[in-house]
Amino acid sequence: MNIVVCVKQVPDTATERKLRSDDKTLDRDASDGVINELCEYAVEAALKLKEAHGGEVTVLTMGPDKASDTIRKALALGADKAVHLVDDALHGSDALGTSYALAQTLKKIGFDLVVLGSESTDARTGILAAMLAERLGVPQLTFAKKVEVTGGSISIERVTDYGYDRIEASLPAVVSVVEKIYDLRYPSFKNIMAAKKKPVEKLGVADAEIDTAQVGLAASWSEVVDFAAAPPRAAGTIVKDEGDGGVKIADFLASKKFV
Amino acid sequence: MSEILVLVEHVEGQVKKVTLELLTLARKLGTPSAVWAGAGYSPEAKARLAEHGAEKIYVADSAEISDYVVAPKAELLAQLVAEKAPAAVLVAATAEAKEVAGRLAIKIDSGVLTDVVGVEDGLVAEQSIFGGGINVRSRVTKGTPIIAVRPNATPVEAAAGAGAEEQVTVAVSDVAKAARIAERVKEEKGARPELTEAVIVVSGGRGVGSAEKFGLIEELADSLGAAVGASRAATDAGFYPHEFQVGQTGKTVSPQLYIAAGISGAIQHRAGMQTAKTIVAINKDDEAPIFEFVDFGVVGDLHSVVPQLIDEINKRK
Ligand SMILES: Cc1cc2nc3c(=O)[nH]c(=O)nc-3n(C[C@H](O)[C@H](O)[C@H](O)COP(=O)(O)OP(=O)(O)OC[C@H]3O[C@@H](n4cnc5c(N)ncnc54)[C@H](O)[C@@H]3O)c2cc1C
Ligand SMILES: Nc1ncnc2c1ncn2[C@@H]1O[C@H](COP(=O)(O)O)[C@@H](O)[C@H]1O
Repeated sequence: MNIVVCVKQVPDTATERKLRSDDKTLDRDASDGVINELCEYAVEAALKLKEAHGGEVTVLTMGPDKASDTIRKALALGADKAVHLVDDALHGSDALGTSYALAQTLKKIGFDLVVLGSESTDARTGILAAMLAERLGVPQLTFAKKVEVTGGSISIERVTDYGYDRIEASLPAVVSVVEKIYDLRYPSFKNIMAAKKKPVEKLGVADAEIDTAQVGLAASWSEVVDFAAAPPRAAGTIVKDEGDGGVKIADFLASKKFV
Repeated sequence: MSEILVLVEHVEGQVKKVTLELLTLARKLGTPSAVWAGAGYSPEAKARLAEHGAEKIYVADSAEISDYVVAPKAELLAQLVAEKAPAAVLVAATAEAKEVAGRLAIKIDSGVLTDVVGVEDGLVAEQSIFGGGINVRSRVTKGTPIIAVRPNATPVEAAAGAGAEEQVTVAVSDVAKAARIAERVKEEKGARPELTEAVIVVSGGRGVGSAEKFGLIEELADSLGAAVGASRAATDAGFYPHEFQVGQTGKTVSPQLYIAAGISGAIQHRAGMQTAKTIVAINKDDEAPIFEFVDFGVVGDLHSVVPQLIDEINKRK
């Protein structure tokens, strides 16, 4: 099975993340880039499927040069090769532009299954997998807490508010996975060394037949009007429990009409 | 005034509260039309939508829509956008409705804004990003704006609308039927409200200590009619199931009241609850970061503070 796993580099959430004052896009230089955590689960799911069914796992990342660290990380976990879509023309793409660019690349490299994380920690839209399914015209099996492939069929358990839905479809398909679908593995020293030699193909917009009128900040379907640091919350009241902590909270809740 | 489409969220034929919030919001932006997609439409549903200002209700009461993942709803909305030329489409910022919004955006070549916490005149949307650190105002610049609004962002206000029904038939395409819902599994959750919709959320963290002791968090939640949440340390430790995790890699909640017991307040937890209107914390460490953003905090042992709080709440009922 030819599995492509979409991996995104995101700013480390432990650092202070910023927007650039010039073009109001994410300031990727202000924070260290790390692999989006849910993408690690996507890599894990792809590796599990490869181990069960054979085939190959390709990492696909769209992002600036520095995203190559994240690609190496995914390769060190056990993916076989990578495609790095990198081009200045892609800077500032919104969900529509990103989904278009990734879909064009996926058409070019081919796939039986595309695996994504269900959400990224920077954009947090959680819609990319659905948009890829739409653009590629293949079934959408998203928010999976369990994935099973049998021959040309695939089924997942899709997390819902009330429990889960069991979804069935045929390959090729797009899947997104939630946290804790599997335990994550740690890259062995051997795999970290091996990852340095795995092939990473760099593609620009022309290579992937991406129409530049559909990507980048200028083509974006939405714009940031302005932004500001959230006003600090008014300092709260902190009291020490002296045997009356519960009563004090109840008084506070009553003052706010919650009880 | 211009028409605003509101995609109705419903379970077992019941209109969800977030839809009433969206109708309230839509009234400020234009004339709301509710869009019912899927099986289970009823006179009660109609009444509820009309009572909250739906002037029109487009009804596509069809199992074909409910039986497949997301795509049929996007087709229905695309058809309505083409026919009615609304000023905007509002959906709830739930996992599924956001996916509908994403697919719709491609179909109608329009911008989409997700996790919006407020919409001003001119369809300028407010979002809270990076764990609540930055407030952004954005606007769709191409096509018909599609805006996914978080539950609890708008207080519900009733206002009568005509509720004029219009039946809509949609021929769901084969490609939209590619992912079939073979089975819906309902997990028992008792009578508690849904985490993302709840007006009050009570969450427990590592400080709760064990799965058994999480019963205390549930008891407090029940005394307030609240939903139960948990930090990742608590779900990692197996104190509570992962689907109740609040935070960056869990659910985002925006309740009127959030009570955190035994939670330190890490940035990743904050990312999921920072837009709560009122925050209360109980933590035995007076230096826990959570105290930096609470409205009311008690430094103390949750195992004595919470039982007393439950007693007090019950006494005052
Ligand atoms: C990529 C990434 C994603 C993450 N996603 C999430 C996420 O979605 N959600 C999330 O919550 N976290 C997430 N985390 C983890 C986060 O960083 C914290 O580790 C986690 O939130 C800590 O949970 P906690 O506050 O329950 O535990 P701790 O940080 O261990 O805090 C426990 C607190 O309980 C207090 N306490 C102990 N005993 C008592 C007592 N008897 N009475 C009162 N107080 C007591 C302690 O003083 C302490 O402050 C993520 C981390 C990373 C790196
Ligand atoms: N630039 C990108 N390159 C590769 N994959 C991406 C990119 N952006 C988003 N994704 C994938 O889409 C998922 C959901 O992201 P989002 O919709 O932005 O929350 C991520 O977990 C990734 O799998």
